[in-house]
Amino acid sequence: MPLRRGSCAACGPVAPPISYNHMVVVELAEHEVDRIFQALADATRRDILRRTLRGGESVSSLAGHFAMSFAAVQKHVAVLERAALVTKERRGREQVVHAHAPTIRRVADLLDAYEQLWIERAHGIASILDSEKGDRA
Amino acid sequence: MTVVSTAKDEAELTLTMVAEYDASPERLWQLWEDPRELERWWGPPTYPATFTRHDFFVGGESRYHMTGPTGDTARGWWRVDAIDRPRRLDFANGLAGEDGEPVQGMEPMSGHVTFEAAGGRTVMTVVTRFVDEAQMEKMLAMGMEEGMSLAIGQIDALLRSAAT
Repeated sequence: MPLRRGSCAACGPVAPPISYNHMVVVELAEHEVDRIFQALADATRRDILRRTLRGGESVSSLAGHFAMSFAAVQKHVAVLERAALVTKERRGREQVVHAHAPTIRRVADLLDAYEQLWIERAHGIASILDSEKGDRA
Repeated sequence: MTVVSTAKDEAELTLTMVAEYDASPERLWQLWEDPRELERWWGPPTYPATFTRHDFFVGGESRYHMTGPTGDTARGWWRVDAIDRPRRLDFANGLAGEDGEPVQGMEPMSGHVTFEAAGGRTVMTVVTRFVDEAQMEKMLAMGMEEGMSLAIGQIDALLRSAAT
């Protein structure tokens, strides 16, 4: 639905009902968020993600870093893949795993957003107080 | 000069912000208590807030909306859980629907605000607790692990170097 300039709460089309500090959370569909955080809740998967951030790495090479079977590592990669945190690419007989930058960036944005919001508010208060000093001077 | 620091606590699921102001606790309290003052800073510059209700007593609730540059509206609510004027305020802050009322089934965040007088200045501490954000816990756990090896800045650096 297009938004009209000057539309307001009671008199026209409104944006989806989200508040600013929830915006980033809401931007990711709930099931999508669940998948991302479930994927990141495991130390092995976080380690896989870190390694693939430095550049693509094959599943067999990844398996060499962990005291677990190739199949177990493959399962972890599949969880990351479902959460869109990594992508897989077939290269000859190998499956190469790459970190998927857009999803990782959105996860980082989530934390940043809350922090940024409060920093802006703190500065907002400071400028109100500063303007009062100006009035007194 | 306002000193601002922030900290994220994985175990406590909190974001803490500390700011110091050249003003009394009473003056800072007014900025939270008076809805017309609160509106001046609660919304980001591009999303100014309007409080249509602000019952600033224990159990009291607030309703607000923020209006974006294209007239889009974001709605939220507060519930005051504890008040000790002008030292401490605890409140819940949640998401409201188009009717302005709290969205059912969505837990609010909680804010714990303290004001400490220190030599004519006031230290304001705001602790935001993500009550229902189990996801946030995992998020923070990731960021804190191994000396923030996956911290935001480093991820950004890696992504930038990967892009070149």
